[in-house]
Amino acid sequence: MTESGPTKRNYKLRVWRQKDGRSQGAFAEYDAKNIPADASFLEMLDIVNEELIARNEEPVAFDHDCREGICGTCSLVINGTPHGPNKATTTCQLYMRHFADGQTIVIEPFRAGAFPVLRDLVVNRSALDRIQQAGGFISVRTGAAQDANAIPIAKPAADKAMDAAACIQCGACVAACPNASAMLFLAARVSHFALLPQGQPERTQRVLKMLEKHDEEGFGNCRNHYECEAVCPAEISALFITKLNREYVMAEIKKAVE
Amino acid sequence: MNNGLDAHIPAGPIDKKWDLHKFESKLINPANKRKFEIIMVGTGLAGASAAATLGELGYRVKCFCYQDSPRRAHSIAAQGGINAAKNYQNDGDSVHRLFYDTIKGGDFRSREANVYRLAQISEAIIDQCVAAGVPFAREYGGLLANRSFGGAQVSRTFYARGQTGQQLLLGAYGALCKQIEEGNVTMHPRTEMLDLVVVDGHAKGIVVRDMVTGKISSHAGDTVVLATGGYGNVFYLSTNAKGCNVTATYRAYKKGAFFANPCYTQIHPTCIPVSGNYQSKLTLMSESLRNDGRVWAPKKPSDKRPPGQIPEDERDYYLERRYPSFGNLAPRDIASRAAKVVCDEGRGIGDTCLGVYLDFADAITRLGEETIRERYGNLFDMYHKITDEDAYKSPMRIFPAVHYTMGGLWVDYNLMSNLPGLHVTGEANFSDHGANRLGASALMQGLGDGYFVLPSTIANYLATQAGKKVDVNGRAFKKAEEEVTNRTKRLLGIHGKKTVDQFHRELGLLMWDKCGMSRNDAGLREALKRIPALREEFWEDVNVLGGGEELNQSLEKAGRVADFLEFAEVLCYDALNRRESCGGHFREEYQTPDGEAKRNDAEYAYVAAWEYVGETSAPQLHKEPLEFEAAHLATRSYK
Repeated sequence: MTESGPTKRNYKLRVWRQKDGRSQGAFAEYDAKNIPADASFLEMLDIVNEELIARNEEPVAFDHDCREGICGTCSLVINGTPHGPNKATTTCQLYMRHFADGQTIVIEPFRAGAFPVLRDLVVNRSALDRIQQAGGFISVRTGAAQDANAIPIAKPAADKAMDAAACIQCGACVAACPNASAMLFLAARVSHFALLPQGQPERTQRVLKMLEKHDEEGFGNCRNHYECEAVCPAEISALFITKLNREYVMAEIKKAVE
Repeated sequence: MNNGLDAHIPAGPIDKKWDLHKFESKLINPANKRKFEIIMVGTGLAGASAAATLGELGYRVKCFCYQDSPRRAHSIAAQGGINAAKNYQNDGDSVHRLFYDTIKGGDFRSREANVYRLAQISEAIIDQCVAAGVPFAREYGGLLANRSFGGAQVSRTFYARGQTGQQLLLGAYGALCKQIEEGNVTMHPRTEMLDLVVVDGHAKGIVVRDMVTGKISSHAGDTVVLATGGYGNVFYLSTNAKGCNVTATYRAYKKGAFFANPCYTQIHPTCIPVSGNYQSKLTLMSESLRNDGRVWAPKKPSDKRPPGQIPEDERDYYLERRYPSFGNLAPRDIASRAAKVVCDEGRGIGDTCLGVYLDFADAITRLGEETIRERYGNLFDMYHKITDEDAYKSPMRIFPAVHYTMGGLWVDYNLMSNLPGLHVTGEANFSDHGANRLGASALMQGLGDGYFVLPSTIANYLATQAGKKVDVNGRAFKKAEEEVTNRTKRLLGIHGKKTVDQFHRELGLLMWDKCGMSRNDAGLREALKRIPALREEFWEDVNVLGGGEELNQSLEKAGRVADFLEFAEVLCYDALNRRESCGGHFREEYQTPDGEAKRNDAEYAYVAAWEYVGETSAPQLHKEPLEFEAAHLATRSYK
């Protein structure tokens, strides 16, 4: 919801500051003054950082890159919610018109054992890459592919695979989950491939390997809280976790039978 | 061939060159491939696909990116699609037509042989992507869907909703993940290349900074590949990601690689207008929207009525009026300039009067809101998030913004720089788009270079390098490391009064003003005076806090902006030298009576490749003449 109010607004920020992974962190308070309502959340932080530098205080470190909601680099837990209050919106696509003048805004990093803090609001999410490396691909030698139209794929299946493939690997699902589970991310990756004919040959081993890696990296299990779905900026449905469970059971059965 | 600039274009008819070249290229047997180490910088489409394919071939690859994951490289943000000459629509497309459209789209300033090869391999790219699980849009019959893009009259663009870039990158990233898992590729994320190391005239390594610990270290290899993207952020505001920078290619330029055609910058016509001076980046609205959206501005200057109250006969659908055969699908450079003309006439819309309308009312009446939502829903949502406006009800406000850079490091047909051992792929090289890139061709070139061209041509260099390993502790490496360390110390020791962003903004405004959508002699000369002054001020008055041996985002930015402050001059020198208008380079002095770009083929049908000759001298120009055999030089017209 857009909050009506002046075009320039003031906020009280409580921001998590932490020098590095070995140091203790703490909240620091800053005033964000004269923030245009049309500025993005990260532009608000830019303005605060410019003022900090002018006072010879080190700026707040935060992850960001494309600032158009697709690269998955930006994070932040804003007033207790990963990516802030707006549905289906990354932090970089969140605008200050959604925050009332005078409001206090609490900004924390994505918190999970598997996402160690590197500095301030920057965390290490490479555990998600390692899950991908365990099997998040279709093995196809470059140049060995047949004509792209050789295997027709019914539009509903292709659309559903696309729904799953839309995951931007930001890790908000992990930050939102009481168990710090990455199941929504994992389910999206596994389902994307399982729904396509090209993904069939490796279907069984893919889910087993990726799930094993998921657990090894210290992510918890899904207990159906659905917090992940609620915060997912790419609107990945939790129904994909149901599919993941099914893929897993089928794979275990297949393994046992074979 | 001029000053040793040999593009090594194979002999033979244009449609046979690539096949003949592949046959004549050197092969390296599998056992020997393991002995070669390749340094790959950048993991966008061009970098990830090449790293994966080279790893799969058996080379040992060390791969670097500044992002925290290779999957986040800015290729991910491409929205609209990827071209290929599949002719699945039976609408008259062919390899030759894609080749011709690309040459013409680039205003006859690209190298024919490269473009033809790109058109040829475009089909295999789509096959590869589909096999890797890229969920392209499909028709109800299960076959792949296509749409149209600017500069083409056929439908040859493959797409995955509004996120084709992410889906293609996930395909290449998946292949890269497999190679990392198998141990053929070692991945170094959050690691930034800060210098190129040249040993005995060959590029043999890089110096990097670990962006978490700040540690400076060197990596040696048998060849270095730069797939580090474009330099659009020299304008500060652009559609590039915040981290995109020129450092890797500029450092290579300072070590002897020629920078080609830096003045060819693409200003994309359909971006969300700037709303204030706090703005940190601009957001593109995909060109695909021009399939159904109509671009217009009020006929009267300073018409402040809301769009809905401006009657039909008081609207100027200027693209349809000026370019009846291509209409709203005129190429990007032409559509951008046309918007500028309208705004220069005082007919721009919105608070800043720097904007025009992109209107979907007719398409919604014709096709229904549901169809429009299905085609462009995510773009309309993004527009709403940023502007708080509903484009289903009132037209989008759009304005041109810096989007892509056609210029880049000079490469030959093998994608190798004039500096032996340095290969350059994707947006980082200059090779395929001439003076203007057509929509949906960047993804094609990135993947073409990475999956198919480089893995084949790189052996021509490596085969000459057996037994020529260099020592990472050698003098050249130590010297480069020392220079990088000193530069970091210097940046941290200035303790001035202005922030890095302030300097970057100032540079950006200057470049946009003097070297943006249109350029002239006096403006460029002024920019060439003001850039060195700004650079001097930067080195005296910038304030970079924190230390070198820690995660320090200000320091990262400072190093990049310092390089932009030098590179901007090269760009302006090139723009000043090119006394003609072509594609994205519009010199006000050279235009037709109706305001179209006026090329000068007699004097400027060449690639301008610039050599670094020292800090205080202007760069030295080398020319690669462009010869056209298959596509005949013609006036580019979309009327």
